[in-house]
Amino acid sequence: MKTFPLGGVHPPENKLTAGIPIRYLPIPPSVAIPVTQHIGSPSEILVKKGDMVKTGQIIAASKGFVSANIHSSVTGVVNKTDSVIDASGFRQTAVFIDTTEDEWLETIDRSSEIITEIKYSPEEIIDKCLESGIVGLGGATFPSHVKLSIPRGKRCDVLIINGVECEPYLTSDHRLMLERSEEILVGITILMKALRVTQAMIGIENNKKDAIARLTGLSGKFPGISIHGLKVKYPQGAEKQLIKALIKREVPSGRLPLDVNTVVHNVGTAFAVYEAVQKNKPLFERVVTITGKSLASPGNYFVRTGTSVRYLIEAAGGVPENTGKIISGGPMMGKAVSNADVPVVKGTSGIVLIPEEESSRSEMTPCIRCAKCVSVCPLNLEPYLLMTLSEKGEFERAVAEGITDCMECGSCSYCCPAHRPLLDYIRLGKSLAAKMARKQMVK
Amino acid sequence: MSNLLKVSLSPHIHGKETTRKLMHGVIIALMPAFLASVFFFGYGAIIVTTVSVASCVLFEYLIVRFVFKKTLTINDGSAFLTGLLLAFNLPSNIPVLIIVIGSFVSIAVAKMTFGGLGNNPFNPALVGRVFMLISFPVQMTSWPVPAGFQTGYSDAVTGATPLAIIKEGIKNGEPVSQLMSQIPPPSQMFLGDIGGSMGEVSAFFLILGFIWLLYKKIITWHIPLSIILTIIVFTGTFWLINPEKYADPLFHILAGGVLLGAIYMATDYVTSPMNPKAMLIYGCGIGVLTSVIRIWGAYPEGVSFAILIMNAFVPLMNRYIKPKRFGEEIKNG
Repeated sequence: MKTFPLGGVHPPENKLTAGIPIRYLPIPPSVAIPVTQHIGSPSEILVKKGDMVKTGQIIAASKGFVSANIHSSVTGVVNKTDSVIDASGFRQTAVFIDTTEDEWLETIDRSSEIITEIKYSPEEIIDKCLESGIVGLGGATFPSHVKLSIPRGKRCDVLIINGVECEPYLTSDHRLMLERSEEILVGITILMKALRVTQAMIGIENNKKDAIARLTGLSGKFPGISIHGLKVKYPQGAEKQLIKALIKREVPSGRLPLDVNTVVHNVGTAFAVYEAVQKNKPLFERVVTITGKSLASPGNYFVRTGTSVRYLIEAAGGVPENTGKIISGGPMMGKAVSNADVPVVKGTSGIVLIPEEESSRSEMTPCIRCAKCVSVCPLNLEPYLLMTLSEKGEFERAVAEGITDCMECGSCSYCCPAHRPLLDYIRLGKSLAAKMARKQMVK
Repeated sequence: MSNLLKVSLSPHIHGKETTRKLMHGVIIALMPAFLASVFFFGYGAIIVTTVSVASCVLFEYLIVRFVFKKTLTINDGSAFLTGLLLAFNLPSNIPVLIIVIGSFVSIAVAKMTFGGLGNNPFNPALVGRVFMLISFPVQMTSWPVPAGFQTGYSDAVTGATPLAIIKEGIKNGEPVSQLMSQIPPPSQMFLGDIGGSMGEVSAFFLILGFIWLLYKKIITWHIPLSIILTIIVFTGTFWLINPEKYADPLFHILAGGVLLGAIYMATDYVTSPMNPKAMLIYGCGIGVLTSVIRIWGAYPEGVSFAILIMNAFVPLMNRYIKPKRFGEEIKNG
C-alpha cells in the first residue's frame, strides 16, 4: 500500500464521528461573514447596512488575482459591517446579517437530481468557480479558479484529489465521500475538463475503507478517475506528501505541484465545484465536523458560513464542563480559538473540543538529542537544530538549513519526548527570517 | 466551562513518549543481561550494580540540589541508566570504593560539568570506565571466572579474558589455532559463560535487549549494525589473509564489549549523531577503531576508546553530514 517515504507520525485517530451521517445545521438567527475567507486580498464589500440579501447573493467581490467572491449564506438584513475575531485571533472585517428566512437566489438549482452531463467549456468552468467563490476546502483556502488556470509554459498531466483527511478527529471529507460520492466524481470530471487532463487519482487513507469501496464502485462510470487507498500516516494530506505517495514525484523546495505537472484539489472542493458548475450554487455552506471526547452529540453538519462556532457547539449538545481548548481545524494543525464566537468560514473543516486534562502542554525538559524529530520530519529537516537557531537568532543559517521549507505539520513537537515546543520556535524563526528577507529586498 | 479557553499554537496533542519512558525502556532492555551476569558471577554482579547505580543517582542528586540549585532531575532515569551501564563495564569483583570514584567521574565530571543531561559530549559511563581503567589498571583487569551463582566477592577466582589470551598469545608468536583451544567455544561465549566485564559477557541476552529496543523504537539499527558489520569486515579481512595471526570475526563479535558497546553505549542519544547517514559513518568509525585497537593497540579491548573518540566527532558530523531534504536534489539540479 502506498504512502510517502520520509517521516510521519501516527497520532490516535479518534474519528468519533466517522459513522454519523451529515445533517443540516439549523440556520442561525444571525451570521458574521468575514470578507477574507481565502488566501489573498480581502474582497470588496458590495452591500451596506439595511440592505436585504438573499441566500447565495454576492456580498463581497473578489479584488485582485488571488481573491474570491463572498456570498450571503442566509436571507436577511445587513445589520452592520464590523470587525470580528477570526480563528487565528486576528480582527477581520465581516458583514453581519440578521436572518429573516431562507430564500435562495432563483438561479440556484435546489433539486436533488444529480446532473452528470457537463456542458461547459474549460473557460466557462473557471469563470463559474470564480463567480461562486470556490476556494480550496482542505484548509489552505487558495482560490480554485487560480489553480485551474494553468500559466503559459506549464503543463498538468494528472489531477490529484485529496481525500486523505489525515488529521485526527475530522471526518467531514470522509462523510462527504460516502454521501455525495457521485457528485464528487462529477466534480472531479469537471476539474479534469478545466485542466484538460485525462487522468485523476483520488488518494484516501485506508482507515476509510467504506469511502474507498463506494467511490471505486461508482468510478467505472467516470473514465480516467482511479481511487487509491493509502497507508494511514500523518501528514499524508499535505500536498507534497500526497503527490509523492501517489505518483512518486517530488515537488522541489519552494515550488508548486504544477512544477511536477500536477494539481491537487480537495474532495470537498470537488463537491463545491460540482455544486457551482452544475447547480449554480455559490460556496456558502460546507461540511464541518463538530467533535470532542466529552461532547454530548458529536456529528457532521452542513454549516452556513458565518455561523458562530458557539451556535454549532450548542447543536452538538453544548460546551462540556471540562473543555480546555476549542480548536478550529484538526488537533495537529488547527488553531485554538480564544472564544467560541468566531465564525465558521470556507476553510473550517472541523471544530474539536479538547478536555481540560489534555489541553495543557507538559513542562519542557532538556533536549536529549534522540533525533526523533529528525526521523519524523516528512521534509527531512532537523527541527532540533532549527529550534536552536531560531532561539539564538541565527536566521541566516536557519534559512540555509531549510527552515522556510517547513510546512508546520507539527510531527516534531508531537513526538518530542522532552516536550520541547519545536514548531513554536520554527514558526518564530520562519516569520523573522521572512521579515529579514523583505527588509533586504527593500534595500 | 471556565470562561477562559487555553490558546496555544498547534499541535494540540502530544505523543505518549517522554524522556523518562525512553530511559526506562533502555533499563528494561538491559535486565536480561543483568540477570545473566548474576547467574554467571553471583552476588558480585548485584553488589557492583547496586553501588554504581546508587552512587550515580546520589551524585546527580547532590549536584543538582546543592550546586545547580534547580529542580531535581534524578527522576528522568538517566543517572540510573548511567550507573547501570557503568556497572556493566566493570569486573564483578572490583573494590566498592573504586566504583564510587568511577561514578563520581561519570556523573560529576563527564555529565554535570557540561550542564547535565543532553549537554555532555562524551558518554558519561564510558568516561568513568576509562578513567578507572587508567587509574586502577590492576583492579580493572582482574576478571572473575564465571562460576555459577557464587557468594564470594573480592576473593572470586579470576582469569584472563578471551581477548587478553589472544592478545598475549599473538604477541608471543603463538598461532591462533592453538590459542583458540584455551578459549571456550563460540556457543559458550554466545551465552556468556566467559570472563569479562559483568554485563558484556552474554551476547544472547544483549541481543534480546536489542530486539526489544528496536521493537519499542527506542533506537534504530543504524549504529549497532554498522559497528558490528564493520568489525566483521575489518577483522574478517585480516583473518582471511592469515588465520594463524588474526582471530576470526565471530570471535571478535562475541568476545569483549562489542555488543554491549554497539547496542547500548554507542547508541546513547546525547553523544551519537542526529541523522541516519551520520549514524552509519559514526558506527563505521567505531568499528574500525575497535578493530585497530584490538589488533595493533596496547589494550586487548578497544570498544570504549573507539566510542569516546567517535563521540568527539559527533558535533562535526552533525554540522556537515546532513540528511537529504525533501525536494532538495531537484532544486540544485
